[in-house]
Amino acid sequence: MATAALAQRRTKPRRWHLYVAAIAISLFILVPIYVIAVAAFTPRTVLNGFPKPLVPITISTDTMQAFLATRGVGQSVINSLIVGAMTLVMSLVLGTPAGYALARFAFRGRDSFQLLILLTRAFPIAILAVPLTVTSITWGLYDTLPAVAIVHTALALPTTVLITASIFISVPVDLEEAALTLGCTPLGAFTRVAMPLALPGLAAASIFTFVLSWNEVFASVILTVSNRTLPAQVLASLGDSPLPYRFAGGFALILPALIFIFFIRRYLFNMWGRVVR
Amino acid sequence: MSEIRIERITKTYPGGKAPAVRDVSLTVGDSEFMVLLGPSGCGKTTLLRMLAGLEYPDSGRIIIGDRDVTDLPPRKRGIAMVFQSYAVFPHLTVFENIAFGLRMQKRPNEEVKRRVDNAAGLLQLEPYVARYPAQLSGGQRQRVAVARAIIMEPSVLLMDEPLSNLDALLRLQFRAELKKLVSEVKTTTVYVTHDQVEALSLGDRIAVMREGQIVQVAEPMVVYDRPATEFVGSFIGSPPMNFLRGTAHSDNGHTQVAIGSQLLPAPPAVGQAEGVLVGIRAENIMATATAPASGSALQAETVVVEPLGSHLLVTATIDGQVLKVVTRTDFPARPGDAIWLQPETDKLRWLRASDGASIES
Repeated sequence: MATAALAQRRTKPRRWHLYVAAIAISLFILVPIYVIAVAAFTPRTVLNGFPKPLVPITISTDTMQAFLATRGVGQSVINSLIVGAMTLVMSLVLGTPAGYALARFAFRGRDSFQLLILLTRAFPIAILAVPLTVTSITWGLYDTLPAVAIVHTALALPTTVLITASIFISVPVDLEEAALTLGCTPLGAFTRVAMPLALPGLAAASIFTFVLSWNEVFASVILTVSNRTLPAQVLASLGDSPLPYRFAGGFALILPALIFIFFIRRYLFNMWGRVVR
Repeated sequence: MSEIRIERITKTYPGGKAPAVRDVSLTVGDSEFMVLLGPSGCGKTTLLRMLAGLEYPDSGRIIIGDRDVTDLPPRKRGIAMVFQSYAVFPHLTVFENIAFGLRMQKRPNEEVKRRVDNAAGLLQLEPYVARYPAQLSGGQRQRVAVARAIIMEPSVLLMDEPLSNLDALLRLQFRAELKKLVSEVKTTTVYVTHDQVEALSLGDRIAVMREGQIVQVAEPMVVYDRPATEFVGSFIGSPPMNFLRGTAHSDNGHTQVAIGSQLLPAPPAVGQAEGVLVGIRAENIMATATAPASGSALQAETVVVEPLGSHLLVTATIDGQVLKVVTRTDFPARPGDAIWLQPETDKLRWLRASDGASIES
């Protein structure tokens, strides 16, 4: 009894802190999303009035429809999805083996490798604008989606490698060794044991990669003219477009990331018969 | 059928200063239960991992049955292994965990089902086959790991401290069960542990290791009663064997060892050595509160008396050298009292003080 009461007294204040922090962080993220979402679904006339409504009194999809109907927007959404998917696949295919090697093998130059891949992020991409453009022209990739996806992959790879490495470190090596003694080849132990256990982490890494690609604007701006991704499209027409268009564009940029996280959430919280609440 | 021959194995880890296993040779008989016993870092796990094929030796050969498996990967050795950490696959049900090896062999479903049911039955896991490991206790997980290994009907079963992550009561219970199980499946078994009680209770033979080498290989009671070195005597047994320092004297064909100012008769071979260690187990000393009429009892002073339920553990000193003695609970000694200690002559061990090695063969 006494110890239980004591334990409760000890945990209660901590819970409070936790809840306050969680609410604060949630508000910080949700309020702008909410405001943008409300504005995106409010008719133009109401939006131009003052004070602006904080609750959606009149809902209309006019603004969104207008935005989506704008020339190039629909195609740029599709472009963004394609580029995101290509980036995700390429960075996982290239990054996962590298991450696995970092986690499992003590090879010569391992520490320098770990440092060097981070250096690619330290290199300002703006400097690369001309070389990237020239290279993509000579490779015949200029104004194509793979060109953008390749640059995005290069940007995402360092984090993909480091994240997957930390994921594979958390998969006990004993499990793979057990698989080896039970008849697996090293590759079999990887695909049957290490891979499935790493899936939640890989899902998190892929969200990160996808969102990075979805939000990245520079590569698309310099490498494409007609095949723009959504951020590049919005950016290009932002200056000379009315307020509702900006809100609608902002909402369109946020939404897919939210949906993607929603679907992948299952892998993050609920694995192997154990539900983390 | 599946004898294991380890021939002059040496292994140094990259970056390691001393070899983890140094020139070790060992033969494990068919369906023998061999325990590798030693303190942490003695190379016992490294040796086991080389048997499994998870490490490869720098030199030497490993032969299982008639096959030289030294350079073969684990899957081609006909072994199965139980890990200290259980290493059950968290993403598979208990059934699929146990079936894992058979699935790798692409056995038909009916056979897998039959053999898994059988193995699950042997380890009392039937109620849990549909569960995931996260829903099991530590003891149940280790049962899954054992079932997963024995279902392979391996020619050699390797176990790396399988009980050390279990709590004390469960360990005791599972130890007996494991012994019964292994004797039933009649598989050649190599079992690594640092727990001398486990080694004594499970092994057909024990190989005691220290600093990468095997110090003694013998049946449990031989290792216990006749340790080859001071290290073995003090590592095995609770309390460890008493060792008294003395000097040997021979005259007129009588050899005696002087422990402080007191003399103890010794076999002639002991006379060859100068410094001598006399080893004797606490339970092989007869303690009396008064000087016995005859015999060669040593006089000692009681320091501590610890009642341990079934017996008393008396700590005493003989001319400044500490030793432990087991007595009946009605033994009247109190700290400071003089007592007389009569060692059982045939249980005395004589060792050279210079290197701690046994004098008689």
